Amino acid sequence: MTQSEQIPRRVLLFVTCTVDQLYPQIGESVVNVLERQGCEVDFPAGQTCCGQPAFNAGFTEDAKAVARRFLDVFAGEDPIVVPSGSCGAMVRNFYLELFHDEPETLAKVRQVAGRLYEFSEFLVDVLHRDDLAAKMSGSATYHQCCHLLRELGIDAQPKSLLASVEGLEMREMEQSEVCCGFGGTFAVKFPEISTAMLNDKLDYAIATGADTLVAGDATCLMHLEGGVRKRGDTLQLKHLAQVLDEATSTDGVAS
Amino acid sequence: MKVRTDEFKARSAETTKNPRRQASLKLVYDGLHKGRIAAAEDTDDWEDQRDRARAIKWHTINNLDYYLDLLDKNVRANGGNVYFANDDAEARDYVLGVAKANNVKTVIKSKSMVSEEIGLNEAFEEAGINPVETDLGEYIIQLAKEAPYHLIAPAIHKTREEISDLIQEVAGGPRQEDPQDLTDTARALLRDEFRKAEMGVSGVNFAVAETGSIAIVTNEGNGRMVTSAPRVHVAIVGMEKLIPSMQDLSTMLRVLIRSATGQRISSYVTVVNGPRKAGEEDGPDEFHLVIVNNGRENLLKDAQLREAMLCLRCGACLNACPVYRKAGGHAYGWVYPGPIGAIVTPVMTGKKVGRDLPFASTLCGACKDACPVKIELPTLLLRLRSDLAEGKADPKEKSSPLLERVSIKAWRFGVQSPMRFALAGRLSSLMMAPLSRGGWVRWLPPPLSGWTKSREFPRIAGKPFRARFRKKQR
Ligand code: SF4
Repeated sequence: MTQSEQIPRRVLLFVTCTVDQLYPQIGESVVNVLERQGCEVDFPAGQTCCGQPAFNAGFTEDAKAVARRFLDVFAGEDPIVVPSGSCGAMVRNFYLELFHDEPETLAKVRQVAGRLYEFSEFLVDVLHRDDLAAKMSGSATYHQCCHLLRELGIDAQPKSLLASVEGLEMREMEQSEVCCGFGGTFAVKFPEISTAMLNDKLDYAIATGADTLVAGDATCLMHLEGGVRKRGDTLQLKHLAQVLDEATSTDGVAS
Repeated sequence: MKVRTDEFKARSAETTKNPRRQASLKLVYDGLHKGRIAAAEDTDDWEDQRDRARAIKWHTINNLDYYLDLLDKNVRANGGNVYFANDDAEARDYVLGVAKANNVKTVIKSKSMVSEEIGLNEAFEEAGINPVETDLGEYIIQLAKEAPYHLIAPAIHKTREEISDLIQEVAGGPRQEDPQDLTDTARALLRDEFRKAEMGVSGVNFAVAETGSIAIVTNEGNGRMVTSAPRVHVAIVGMEKLIPSMQDLSTMLRVLIRSATGQRISSYVTVVNGPRKAGEEDGPDEFHLVIVNNGRENLLKDAQLREAMLCLRCGACLNACPVYRKAGGHAYGWVYPGPIGAIVTPVMTGKKVGRDLPFASTLCGACKDACPVKIELPTLLLRLRSDLAEGKADPKEKSSPLLERVSIKAWRFGVQSPMRFALAGRLSSLMMAPLSRGGWVRWLPPPLSGWTKSREFPRIAGKPFRARFRKKQR
């Protein structure tokens, strides 16, 4: 399908609380990439968080309150794009669990979840763009974030997007599908286990000799980058959106 | 067996710093985990088989009373005895009673996690009876006086050097290092016991209700000896191990063995139909089946947690679990480690213990993908977290620390309004300013120091995405 066949379409961006507050540059890259593909991006200003932190910690009632709000903020018909497998899985999979005994809310969940796409999934499966005519030099290795891979089953999409970037050499790391050890409060409650997992992940990534570790979730990137900085490694960390932004930017640098 | 789940944090942290244990745990991934994946990829209708196995188990568990009765009836019809043990003490007493009635001095055992669960070896020893584990891995941990480290590979954590030491201690003679020599020595030691033993105790992989048979899967052939050589055979089975028919057995064996070891079929599958009958040459004079509850009812009576009763104890979720592969098997503090252990241990032993276990997971989902009967392990962990955090497990005591509960309430208040959320972000950003350099915070006070000991934390952005987006729109 050629680009001209695609009509620009309005998408709602669910940027996630982590990107909003900690990695705004990832959000900007998402907007740049989507706009370059002809989308008109809207940011529902009422959005905050999907409720996952409370849900994962066992505070179901608090999670429900926040999830209900999310469903209201994202009511409508336009597709929703989220640059995170984890927050995507929360809405698409775990909301069903959360509201399993509330049929009315479940109907809303299905309506919203049915329109919600993870960033790479939206590009490849909805816009049918798995080659963005992107160019970039260097080498990268891809970490398969857990919820993106196993909860949403999204793996071919980010990989094909990365493979299509001209000049970017992809190198596979050992155990690329294994968790980086983040797990939300897990990282604080069980720091030794979490750190041991993190160190394995970074060691495997570095062993590939790639200069950049790419992942699809800001929370994992925060964990990995925090580790890289503490260890004093030189590995670069990037969200897939940042890579694609940089590689499709006409002035050669990410804006 | 003593429950030591409250030591999870300390014991797991220790294991992360033990290079020997970490090397063994890496082998769990490279060997068992990859072996399972290869076996699954090699099986055309793997997903169908998983679904079929799951359906068989759900059907049995949902009709457990019926199948327990049927099993009981058919074991008796085969000439065996059946005892239903409500807890570990009842199970021990019954087995000891059988041993005493038969004047037993030596018991040979094949691998049984339920036997570990009810502390049978200790009970035998106290009664002056010598229990001998005949599965090589179990034998090693019996010599080491340890609990199993893994559901199917109990001594996976032991290095060759450690095994050499243990074998030399009992065998005497020159120290052996070669795995084949060590196995031969262990085998010679065990042969003697096989001859002496008056009683055999085995576990059960599947108890077939329709025929009153038990099936045992082994790779060493010891299961066959234990169930046929001594005069008395006692089989111990957890209530979750029932299946309806022999036809179901073929499906179950297919998924169990591939998931456990990556083999298409184990070296031995032993099916026992009770004691020796008139005209038969081999087999014991007496056969006893001990069906153990010991807290399984707590799982059964809960519509959601009941799913954990589908478990085949194949160990695939352990092999897939990156937390197990760092924390090690002993950290889980009872008999069943890994993701399934983190679920069944607190529920079977009473929720007041083991409250760390359901939280000791990143919810990465690798266990769920590996499980042959597709148990929703992450969902069950989340359910237990919710019970604990909201005081449903124990109304008098909410288990989450006060600070965490307050933080969640504050978070809820904050994220219910974008203005408050943005304001909280601004304030946090300012508060973090003195602690940060180059946009990253190097130190945070406890309990957040758990993070900053090994990781920096990004400073909250001075200008969040929402502000940048607004500016861009203008
Ligand atoms: S939960 Fe599933 S994977 Fe884990 S031991 Fe049981 S059957 Fe095997």
